[in-house]
Amino acid sequence: MNGDRITTLLRMDGDELLRSEPNLRDFFASLGLCLPREGESATDYFASLESGLLEDLGIERSELGERFAAFVRLMDGLKSARLNQGVESVTIRGGHDKDGNQEALELTVRPGEVISIVGPTGSGKSRLLADIEWMAQGDSPTGRIILINGQAPEAGKRFSIDHKLVAQLSQNMNFVMDMTVEEFVAMHAESRMVEDVAGVTATIIGLANDLAGEKFSPATPVTSLSGGQSRALMIADTSCLSSSPIVLIDEIENAGIDRKRAVRTLVDKRKIVLMATHDPVLALMGDRRLVIKNGGISRILETSAVERANLSRFEEMDNCLQAVRNALRRGERIEGV
Amino acid sequence: MRLVTVAGPPSSGKTAVTIKALSSLMREGARVGVVKFDSLSTQDQSLYEKQGIPVTTGISGNLCPDHFFVSNAEDCLTWGVESGFDLLVIESAGLCNRCAPHIQGVLAVCVIDNLSGVDTPRKIGPMLKMADLVVITKGDIVSQAEREVFAYRVRQVNGPATILQVNGLTGQGGHELGRLLMSAPETDQLEGRLLRFSMPAALCSYCLGQRKIGSDYQMGNVRKMCFQGELP
Repeated sequence: MNGDRITTLLRMDGDELLRSEPNLRDFFASLGLCLPREGESATDYFASLESGLLEDLGIERSELGERFAAFVRLMDGLKSARLNQGVESVTIRGGHDKDGNQEALELTVRPGEVISIVGPTGSGKSRLLADIEWMAQGDSPTGRIILINGQAPEAGKRFSIDHKLVAQLSQNMNFVMDMTVEEFVAMHAESRMVEDVAGVTATIIGLANDLAGEKFSPATPVTSLSGGQSRALMIADTSCLSSSPIVLIDEIENAGIDRKRAVRTLVDKRKIVLMATHDPVLALMGDRRLVIKNGGISRILETSAVERANLSRFEEMDNCLQAVRNALRRGERIEGV
Repeated sequence: MRLVTVAGPPSSGKTAVTIKALSSLMREGARVGVVKFDSLSTQDQSLYEKQGIPVTTGISGNLCPDHFFVSNAEDCLTWGVESGFDLLVIESAGLCNRCAPHIQGVLAVCVIDNLSGVDTPRKIGPMLKMADLVVITKGDIVSQAEREVFAYRVRQVNGPATILQVNGLTGQGGHELGRLLMSAPETDQLEGRLLRFSMPAALCSYCLGQRKIGSDYQMGNVRKMCFQGELP
């Protein structure tokens, strides 16, 4: 089916081609080529290119058709990944810790679940994440096996960007592009083959503003967002646009963002949320928490009823501290606590 | 012996990710070695040595480092075979983005970093477009969205390549890169093999040491640029 579609596209003239697949404009631009003209098919255009030009651009003529086909497959793959993630569960089958002791466990997590990861620095939290991201099949230092929907992933899917399992949000991440918030989100949406780019962009900016303490406008440059605003935009953007079913969060900054709502936002979008955190409010939000020790998962703790009850007390304390912070910001005295 | 060429723009993290991948392989008992090409002096030799990785450096001086690399590729292979390596990595200097040190039938790796900007994949020639494996670095400091856009832009110019995110500082992804490097085909000899693409051509008076500016001093392979309104 794919082959037929590619043949048909290759035969269309420039105008028709871009009408039926506007994203193909990027294919020609990314290779430094012009667009096929009206009445000229992509195949004819490839044949008409001067050898000197191809030499300058660093492409072989014989490869153009193949690259065109690869581009169409990429677009189609991204579109179907967006419509259907197809991940119903992720299973971690235990390997061993740094001393070779068995991790006797099989842990299955499903979309909408929140799992906390706790353990000291160097205990192996990053390795656990790397195992999941790489979809380890007993071929990583821990010997763990990762199953998707109960099965080993197909070999080709381990590295394809449209089947990437893990989206990552961490403390030291920043926006580095020189763009406004609106341009930035629209660019991400386009790369995910979203049809209503403007609509999705507006939704994401609205959501990010709900999460951030201080509001920002679509015209704000991403590089001038505050830490809290950046984090809020990253979470809103990942929840709406990333096709990765798992989101890993490495601590959410305390200041300037509604942390609990941020996690809820991801859960609502049916993400599996893995959180490396020692913040009691966040850690106890998890359904379970994995205790990492010496490179292995040493325990899995279900959040107990008593812990849940404590959570509301921690939230009160947290709100109290937040109120003090806000009062400080407003220049008030902190005497009546 | 397995052979890999690693190329990529300056400071993209070629040496850092190669060290992480090779260290991981050495822990598993593999015998590995590196030939590092550079144009002036390089600190990379000592970086490899610190990790106990056998390394030879080739300094090209005033020659184009990639032309210098091809002229020495067979000797590199011989050194690797005689040293008894299971895997030899040849790391290019990574200067001009047009260069194409990759060889047909030899695993070709291109290392580029997320910080270089989303338009960069379009600006890199055969070094990226013809690589089998694209390693993207510095993902820990940019947003998820930027990583996704960047990987997508890489896919746009090189659809078939395997893309791997590796963190040169923490080593995340280094073990996985090592696995992929060990999947390189066995290479016993290079004589008669083809480069994946032609190198940028030169050979004008400036190649031969001319320093004076002016059309009287330009000879050989000279091309003039075209300005607005002028015909080429």
